[in-house]
Amino acid sequence: MRHTLAVLVENNPGVLARVAGLFSRRGFNIDSLAVGRTESPDVSRMTIVVEGDERVLEQVNKQLHKLVDVIKINDITADEYVDRELVLIKVNADPAQRGEVMQIADVFRARIVDLGRKTVTLECTGNDGKINAFEESLRPYGIKELVRTGKIAMLRGTKYTGLQENGD
Amino acid sequence: MEITAAQALVKCLEKEQVEVIFGYPGGAILDVYDALYHSPIRHVLVRHEQGAVHAADGYARATGKVGVCMATSGPGATNLVTGIANAYMDSIPLVVFTGQVPTSQVGTDAFQEVDITGITIPVTKHNYLVKDAVQLPRIIKNAFHIAATGRPGPVLIDLPRDVAQTRIKFDYPDSVNLRGYKPTYRGHPNKIAEAARLIGSAARPVIYAGGGILNSKASRELLTLAETINAPVTNTFMGLSSFPGDHPLFLGMLGLHGTRAANLAVTNCDLLIALGARFDDRVTGKLAEFAPNATVVHVDIDPAEIGKNVQVHVPIVGDVKQVLRELLSRLEKKQDTSWLEQIEAWKKQYPLVYRRGEGELKPQYVIEKLNEINGGNAVVVTDVGQHQMWVAQYYRFKRPGSLISSGGLGTMGFGLPAAVGAQIGLPGELVILVTGDGSIQMTMQELGTAMEQELPLKIIILNNHVLGMVRQLQQVYCDSRYMAVEFKFHPDFETLARAYGIKSYTLRTEKEVDQLLPEALGSPGPVLVNCLVCAAENVNPIVIAGKAISEAVDC
Repeated sequence: MRHTLAVLVENNPGVLARVAGLFSRRGFNIDSLAVGRTESPDVSRMTIVVEGDERVLEQVNKQLHKLVDVIKINDITADEYVDRELVLIKVNADPAQRGEVMQIADVFRARIVDLGRKTVTLECTGNDGKINAFEESLRPYGIKELVRTGKIAMLRGTKYTGLQENGD
Repeated sequence: MEITAAQALVKCLEKEQVEVIFGYPGGAILDVYDALYHSPIRHVLVRHEQGAVHAADGYARATGKVGVCMATSGPGATNLVTGIANAYMDSIPLVVFTGQVPTSQVGTDAFQEVDITGITIPVTKHNYLVKDAVQLPRIIKNAFHIAATGRPGPVLIDLPRDVAQTRIKFDYPDSVNLRGYKPTYRGHPNKIAEAARLIGSAARPVIYAGGGILNSKASRELLTLAETINAPVTNTFMGLSSFPGDHPLFLGMLGLHGTRAANLAVTNCDLLIALGARFDDRVTGKLAEFAPNATVVHVDIDPAEIGKNVQVHVPIVGDVKQVLRELLSRLEKKQDTSWLEQIEAWKKQYPLVYRRGEGELKPQYVIEKLNEINGGNAVVVTDVGQHQMWVAQYYRFKRPGSLISSGGLGTMGFGLPAAVGAQIGLPGELVILVTGDGSIQMTMQELGTAMEQELPLKIIILNNHVLGMVRQLQQVYCDSRYMAVEFKFHPDFETLARAYGIKSYTLRTEKEVDQLLPEALGSPGPVLVNCLVCAAENVNPIVIAGKAISEAVDC
C-alpha cells in the first residue's frame, strides 16, 4: 500500500542525502519525494510517498526518526488531506491539432505556458489520478517531454503537521 | 579574547573532560595538532589510523566514556571508516575528528580530499561538516551528547583547514537542545505492567540479554531479575560478561555457536524476555523457528530494533536499567522448579566439549587455563574468528564489561588496537588480548604503539597457521575444498616480539601451558604468548545456515 508521509527536517545541507540514502540502504521504495522550505526558514518539509506494508512503514518511520535532522514525521495516509502535484508536459501540436490539445487542457483546467511552432507546453496541477489521466489524454499526440514535481500534501481542517503539538 | 577554531576544539575537549585522544596527524589537521601542543590532554600516536579508531573504541568499552580519535583528511579519514562502522554496529560512543581541505577547495578533488561526511552517513549516528567556525563549539557539544546518550554510537566532525584557522570568540554551551533527537528513557508504565503480568504467569521464561545491559550498566538489575523470577539467562555475544558466567541460572551464549542448552531453552520457552538485544541473524538462525511458542517482551532504547526482525508482543522502549527497576518493583519472587530442572538436564546432557589428549594443544584448553589463572577477572579483548568464539564459550566472565570484542561488524584486526585503548583506559588492570595468527597480522603495527605507551599487555596468539573460521566454513559449505585459508609463511612471532622489545613464549603442549602461562600472565611488562594449536579444530556446536538454532550440529 502507498503511504504519504509529511516529514519536517532541519534545513541543513546534506539532509536530503541522509533521507534518500536511508531509503536506498534499507531497501525502502520511494514513489516520490518533494522537498521545500516551510513557514520557518530553518525547517524544510519533505512529502514522501512510499510503498510498503505495515511492517515496512513502521521501519521507515522508526529509521527516519533515528536521523538527528528529522524533527517530526506524520503518516497522513489515513487522514483527510489535500494533495497536489504539478506537471509540465510538452506535447506535439502542429497548428491543425492545437485546437484539440487546447480542448483537453480545458477539461483538465490546465494552462498553456508556452507555444512553439510544433509544440505546446502545458501546466497542470491536481492529485495523482488527475495528473495520470491528463498525461494519458495527451499521449496520442506525442509527448516530447514531461516532468512532475512529486506530490505535496497537507491535512484538511484544523489539523496540521507543525513543530508544535497538534491541538486537534 | 578570540582564539582559532582549532584552539577552541581543544578547549571543548578539555571541557568534556577528555583524557586521551588517539590519533595520527597530517596536513589538513595541522592546526588542531598545533593547538594540542599546549593542552594537558594525552595524545596517543598510533601507527595507522584504523588503530586510532579501534583504540578509541576499546577505551570507550573499557571505561564507559566517549572515545575520541582524530586523523587528517583523505586517506587518514578513509582509514578510519572500518573502525567507525565497527563502533556503529556495536553501539559504542565515539567522537571522531577529521581534517578537511579548505572550504574553497572542497568539491574540487583537491589533494587528500574525500567526502568523508558523505562516506560515513551510513555508519555514523550523525556527522557534521563544519562550515562556520562559530558553530564549532555547539557542534562538539552536540556530538558528545549524541554519541553518549540514547543508543550510543560514533559521531564524526569534519573540519576544513580554513575553518580551523578562523578566529572566534570561545563560548562553550552548557546545554543541548536538539529538537530532532530526544531518546526515550522511561518505559511505558502500562507496557511494564503487562510484562510483569506475563512474567507472573509464564511457566517457561527465558531472559535473552544483549549488549544493551552493558551500555546501560544494568548487570545488577539483570541478576536481580533472574534470581527473583528464577529464569535462566542467555547472553548474546555482545551481552557476555553482563551476567556472571558461573551462575547456576546462566545458559551461556545462544545462537550460531551457542550452547545447546541456551538454544533449546529459547526454542521451548513460553516467554522470551529480550533485554537490550536485537534479534541478530547470528542469534536467531531460521527466524520462523526462533522461540516459536513464546510471547516476546522486548526492551530496547532504540525503537527501530523493536519489531524489526521478529514480532514482539510487549514492546518497551526505554533504558533497560530504568525499565528493569520499574519492572522489579512489580514482580514477586517466583519459585517454579520444573522448568529449571529441564534446563539443568539440558546443561548436563549437552555440555560444551572438545577432545583432549590427541597429542596436540587444543585452543579451548588455553582459554580454560586463562580463565582458571585469573578466575575470570581479567579484561579480555579478542579479535575475530574461531578464537573469539572459544573465548565466548569457555571463558567465564565475572565482571560486567570485561569482554571487549567486535560483535556486529566482525572486524579482524580490532583486537590489538582495542587492547591498547582498553589498557590506557584501565592502567591498573590485567588486559589480555586473545587473538589469532590471521587477525593479529592485520594490525600488528600497533605493537609499536603499545610499547611506546609502555602498556603491559598480555597477547595470546592462538596460532593454527590457518584462517580457522573460514577453513571451517569451507569444510562445511564447500566440501572441504580449502581455498586461500592456509598461511604457508608466518613470521617467527618470538623474533617479532623481540624486535619490539616484548618478552615472548611459544607454547606447544598442555604441559607448557600449565607451566608457563601463569608466569607469562604474571609478568609485569608486555608479553606475547604464541600458542601453537591444533589446526583442524572446529568451533562446535554450529547451526548450519538456514537451520533452526535447535538443530545445532558438530562438525
